[in-house]
Formats: sequence, structure tokens, C-alpha cells
Amino acid sequence: MILPALAFYLFAAVLVLAGMLVVTARNPVHSVLFLILAFFNAAGLFVLIGAEFVAMILVIVYVGAVAVLFLFVVMMLDINFQELRKGFLRYLPAGLAVGAALLAELGLVISGWVYAGPADSVRAAPTPESVTNAQALGDLLYTQYAYIFEASGLVLLVAMIGAIVLTLRSRKGTRRQVIADQVARRREDVVAVVKVQTGEGV
Amino acid sequence: MENMMDIGLGHYLSVAAILFILGVFGIFLNRRNVIIILMSIELILLAVNINLVAFSVFLHDLVGQVFALFILTVAAAEAAIGLAILVIYFRNRGSIAVEDINLMKG
Repeated sequence: MILPALAFYLFAAVLVLAGMLVVTARNPVHSVLFLILAFFNAAGLFVLIGAEFVAMILVIVYVGAVAVLFLFVVMMLDINFQELRKGFLRYLPAGLAVGAALLAELGLVISGWVYAGPADSVRAAPTPESVTNAQALGDLLYTQYAYIFEASGLVLLVAMIGAIVLTLRSRKGTRRQVIADQVARRREDVVAVVKVQTGEGV
Repeated sequence: MENMMDIGLGHYLSVAAILFILGVFGIFLNRRNVIIILMSIELILLAVNINLVAFSVFLHDLVGQVFALFILTVAAAEAAIGLAILVIYFRNRGSIAVEDINLMKG
């Protein structure tokens, strides 16, 4: 009983700490690394609560793809990050005010929240018993939500094509291979056989 | 102490709320740096996912986890497109300061 609670507090504390460091770190590379730490701890929370599949997907998608993408962009762009931090203290009071207001609102929501009894009957897909989390999700995802699943695949495809189209550029002055020109070359055009007299040269 | 050690829905909602606020706070704090703003958006989406999964588990309704997966998809697509826009913006202007992005005077 006490061990899951301690694990929850550990994961939650590291998650909140990492989130705080993401937004306040001086170096954006450190920000990305703390973001990865935050994702790992969120995955830990999910495992703790019994949502293993979402946890693993979180690690694979966020840590494996999104965070690495961020890391590449941060490292590839030659940006003076000290310059970008200039307004940091100027915006601090506004940020704190908005954060405090939001915290108060969310605190009211969470503390005033009660579970309505009849809500049980409107569950869209009650969690099946004696089935693993991944299998239960698959049963639901590939049947009831198959179209939305395919649509999300389309979203990813569009995003991929969009990212490629946006960043693809043809630079001037680069020399590239033109296969058609190579194939169209004929021997007569490019080779000249010259009879050279001995001792004279061409 | 009983209540502290009995982890319920409220605990997860609190963590998600704090993470959400940190994300919003990060957007305000790093007004000039688009990369950190994008990371803050990822934090906000993570908070939303924690909310969905927590509700899904504690109310025994699996749809929340399905939705969390879709949000994950959209977040990945958003990060890819956002970073691509960032890269071409940097290539054209040599800077990623948000205040410089006023060409259209919108």
C-alpha cells in the first residue's frame, strides 16, 4: 500500500521539478534533456496507474522522436540564446500572475469536483476485466475507433510531407547528377580519335 | 496521513494541473524563444494526457486512453511542423526571436 504511494510521489516530484527546469533552464539543450526526464516520469506515473501501453508509446513517441527532433533543431541552429533570454525577468511578474490565477482556478475545480453516481452508466467503453491493457486498447482502437485511427495516420502523413516540403530547398551552385544527360551521351560527341605523328604531339 | 498514502484521482489531477500551469508559465517566461515555447506546449499536452489517462483509469472507461493516443499523434505532428517552420524561418531571417516575426503586421 505504501510503496505505490511513495513511487507516485517520487515520479510526481521529479516530473514537476523537470517541468519547472524545462521552462527556466539557461541552456535550451538542458531544457530538452529535462523534457525527456519529464516524459520518462510521466510514463512512470502511467505504469503506476495501470496504463502500460500509453506509457510505452509515450516513451517511444516523445523521447524517441519528438525530443530527439527538438535536440537536433536546438543543436543545428546557430542561435545566440543569451540574446533570447533578455526579457526573462520582465515577463516574470506577468507569468507568475497568470500562473497563480490558473492555479487558483484549477484548485477550485479539483477541490469542488464530485463524482456523479449515474455517470457509470454513460461509459463509452468500460475497461474489460482479465485482459491486458494493450489488448483492451487494441480491441477498441481497431474496431470502434478504426476510422479515427486511420485519420490520425493521415494527420501524421500530412505532417511528414509538410515538414519535408517546408524544409526542402534546392541550393544554387550545387552540382547534381542528371541521369538523362548521362544516358543521352554518345561516343561521337565526346571522344575524338586523333592520329598523332611520332615526335610532333597534338 | 491516510489520505496522503491513498493515491486517488485527485492526486493525478493535481500533478497534471501543476504541469499545465508550468507550461503556460513557460510560454510567458520565454516570450522570445520559440523553441522553449514549443517545449512548453509539449508540457501542456503531457498534462492533458495525464488528465485523460487518470480519468480513464479511475472511472474504468478505456476511451480516455484511446484519446490520449490520438493527442500523442497530434502532438508529434505539431512538433514536426512547428520545428520545420522554425528551421525555414531561421534560414530566412537568421533569428528565431518571436518579436521579429511581425512581417505581416498582424
